[in-house]
Amino acid sequence: MEMVLQQSGGPGIADAERVAERALVEKAQRGDREAFGELVRQSMRRAYYVALGLVGSPDDALDLSQDAFVRAFAARHTLDPERPFYPWYYQILRRRCFNFLRDSKLHREKLATESPWIVADANQKVQTPEREAELKELRQRLQTAIDTLPDHEREVFVLREYDGLRYREIADLVGIPQGTVMSRLYSARRRLANELGEQR
Amino acid sequence: MNVEHLMMAALDDELTAEEQAALDERLAADPELAAEMRRLEQLKEMTRMTQIKSPPEEQWSHYWQDVYNRMERGAGWILFSLGAIVLLSYGLWHAVGELWADASLPLFVKLAIFSLGTGGIVLFVSTVREKLFTYKHDPYKEVER
Repeated sequence: MEMVLQQSGGPGIADAERVAERALVEKAQRGDREAFGELVRQSMRRAYYVALGLVGSPDDALDLSQDAFVRAFAARHTLDPERPFYPWYYQILRRRCFNFLRDSKLHREKLATESPWIVADANQKVQTPEREAELKELRQRLQTAIDTLPDHEREVFVLREYDGLRYREIADLVGIPQGTVMSRLYSARRRLANELGEQR
Repeated sequence: MNVEHLMMAALDDELTAEEQAALDERLAADPELAAEMRRLEQLKEMTRMTQIKSPPEEQWSHYWQDVYNRMERGAGWILFSLGAIVLLSYGLWHAVGELWADASLPLFVKLAIFSLGTGGIVLFVSTVREKLFTYKHDPYKEVER
């Protein structure tokens, strides 16, 4: 996932890619749907994964990330070609996700019944069946604990752990000071550690 | 940097050598803090072994097409709704005008028409006001597009 992140216009993007993206943004602003489609293709995986981390449901993550792109196209005149596309798009996406969570009054109950959205890291070595079962249970417990986090803490946790961003990048993306990023992360991790400790 | 921030930065490899030394000192002096650090390290290790589940690969092949279809339908719905609102309003205005001017119509029917129209306006204004109130008190309003 972190490799996808580098492609999609975040901090550290190569100059050539930045120039190419700027050209796409300018075309998209003039209503060129193919150019906008290219921007979508560059950001879609990252957008989907972050949305899934925020709402915990694959179907809703797909729907919300696509809807955010539709809204982004409608609001394209507010996009600054000098700035990367993804951070701007992310503001729309996170608002959609937070509104979705707020509007789904029973979302905690709903998320608890959803299929797993956290799986074993593909780079992990093959385990024995016993170890695999143990890890599966651990993942389920972790997912349940993440689902109980407050939305803003969950966001920072997902961006750090699953989007692989550094503190400065999270601060820029979310629009909060770096110290707040660390405070939210600390609070989230403490809650998770407590929650997992209680589940034992 | 406070100790909580130092602990986070240590877990995420964002500490300088001086900060690491400062944290080590704090942990050595405070067993409770050291125990908490160990718990957080265990959590970090657990998180490191996981990733977000990937969808079926075919999802990506039609992702943009789905977005495109939504964009197209969105424009269609806006045009359709605009046309429908204008035509319905026009038809309603004429129908109500003709009925109101009809001297043979009983008074109670005219009053019912008046009531219907007034009720509709009250409902519309109330809904708009509620939406505006919700927007003003939206906790995520600071999240701008």
